[in-house]
Amino acid sequence: MESYALLFAATLNAGTVLAIAALGLLINEKAGIVNLGAEGMMLCAAVAGFATVVHTGNDWIGFAAGMGAGAVLAFLFGLLVIWLNTNQYATGLALSLFGAGFSAFAGIKYVQEKLPERPHFSIPLLGDIPLLGPALFRQHPMVYLTMALVAWLIWFLYRSRTGLVLRSVGESPESAHALGYPVRRIRLAAVVAGGALCGLAGAYISVVYTPLWVEGMVAGKGWIALALTTFATWRPARVLLGAYLFGGVTMLQFHFQGIGVDIPSQFLTMLPYLATIVVLALISRNPAWIRINMPASLGKPFYPGS
Amino acid sequence: MLKLEPRPQASKFWSVASPILALLITVVIGVILFVALGKDPVKGLQVFFWEPIKSPYALGELTVKATPLLVIALGLAVCFRSNVWNIGAEGQFIIGAVAAGGVALLAGKDTGRWIVMAIVLAGILGGMAWAGFVALLRDRFNANEILVSLMLVYVADMVLSYLVYGPWKDPAGYNFPQTKNFDAITQIPRLMQGSRVSIGLLIALAGVAALWVFLFRTRAGFAQQVGGLAPAAARYAGFSSRKALWIALLTSGGAAGLAGALEVAGPIGQLTPYVPAGYGFAAIIVAFVGRLHPVGMVFSAVLMSMFYIGGELAQSRLGLPKSLTGVFQGLLLFTLLACDTLMAYRLRFAARPALKESA
Repeated sequence: MESYALLFAATLNAGTVLAIAALGLLINEKAGIVNLGAEGMMLCAAVAGFATVVHTGNDWIGFAAGMGAGAVLAFLFGLLVIWLNTNQYATGLALSLFGAGFSAFAGIKYVQEKLPERPHFSIPLLGDIPLLGPALFRQHPMVYLTMALVAWLIWFLYRSRTGLVLRSVGESPESAHALGYPVRRIRLAAVVAGGALCGLAGAYISVVYTPLWVEGMVAGKGWIALALTTFATWRPARVLLGAYLFGGVTMLQFHFQGIGVDIPSQFLTMLPYLATIVVLALISRNPAWIRINMPASLGKPFYPGS
Repeated sequence: MLKLEPRPQASKFWSVASPILALLITVVIGVILFVALGKDPVKGLQVFFWEPIKSPYALGELTVKATPLLVIALGLAVCFRSNVWNIGAEGQFIIGAVAAGGVALLAGKDTGRWIVMAIVLAGILGGMAWAGFVALLRDRFNANEILVSLMLVYVADMVLSYLVYGPWKDPAGYNFPQTKNFDAITQIPRLMQGSRVSIGLLIALAGVAALWVFLFRTRAGFAQQVGGLAPAAARYAGFSSRKALWIALLTSGGAAGLAGALEVAGPIGQLTPYVPAGYGFAAIIVAFVGRLHPVGMVFSAVLMSMFYIGGELAQSRLGLPKSLTGVFQGLLLFTLLACDTLMAYRLRFAARPALKESA
């Protein structure tokens, strides 16, 4: 039983990484922009966050550094895509390739570094409940903040005026433009916010999830987060559920190894990637299902006056 | 105040000038980076642009790295021109290498020289099969090919890892994760003595010619591209988009698999976890910088190969991490995309925008 509690805790932890990044991507996709640079932004943010925590010993300053790194890269991406009208797919890809190289370059002296010892977090009283405590209440605060973020995002997107404007920019930039909204600025803001969240996810990986830095350590989580937005058909609550589901699949490999199932570890490592493919195929099969919530102008460029 | 004004027609001048301008900007950023790191920028430039071409031996090494990049990029050009976003060439390269390596391991010492044909064919089929998955899922399930092809890179990596740590591990290899060295008879023939350049170069150049003919001189090549440019027109003309999808993915997968075969049965000579060297990703940049044009990609493959060699030299000569290569490669693609704006738009100085913000 104890091991299942820990498995559940680990699932929440792994799912949090995916959820934060996917929620960020959801925001900029709601504004009509696809950013394939998530993996690159997360890698750079992972280095920035790790290096910051090495020097300051404070997780939160590290998260802020990661968010900053993600936001700066997303800003560059946004300038190219929104103001220079470059192809969104190609530019995002460039960001991912650049981020992979740059993070390896910038992080080389941190490869052997260790993070300073920080206190373990546990919610008072609740954390001491047997089984339930370790499973639910001894997580990093970011795990709970992510759940709060989902609640806020649902309110923001579907109940607030700003959220309505954001969605209109993703559905029909022409109409939003005609109504006098600064389409390009709104899109840029959404892209930067998305980048900041991807950055937060990247920093979470290198500071909390696997507290170390190695080249390429994001290992496709940025791409899985991208797939999650499709999987969730652009609904925040489903993003969170999907993220925990994938977090569970990721953790399954360690569980199998733990209970001594005789499968080569490589096949277990493949699981999250295979699961992504299978789930994508199943979801995409029904075009109507996808189209209900998909922003109508997703991936299409908009240039006022042309 | 700078303003972009759409051109009535894409500028021919900028389609050639933009990659050159992008390279110049990348070099300028590189110089700034060297200075910031306290390294002599002249030495830095030398390492990247002079050392790789200064001797016949260096030129040979340049060719050895440029060949797989060119082969993969040729296939990707067919894909990107048809608006199919296969970005998992790295995975197709790995599976091509695995399939080719499997044949090489199976072959006894006493087989004939024909075995090389079988090895190359196995590589092509391996890459095609891996890309075929992507085509199948896109065709039957409408699954996004970007994500599927990328996920398959990680899967391919694990397949390779499983084989070299498991069933294919060399029993006499001191427990290193590697297969035994392939027998000499399975080696891709070299072009000349004293250089590692193999007949892979000739295959790549033949590929350049073949792609040129296919794209610009055949009806099939035309049909392949129309779907990417104008889907409605393609439907009206009766060109099948499904067929275009399959052709694009099988061609690019086959090319990447071929590159994998040429690498493992050529310069590498065995399977190790280090077979994937990022060629599949770098080839995406080669394809874009070369304007998806067969001849343009020859130049960009050489340029990208210079970055690879420059990165290695920067490590040994200047004490900088090898990953500098990736930084410059990514930068080049970034600046290229920005400069490409000049093809479709004219840069105008506007005295004052009429409205506060035109957006």
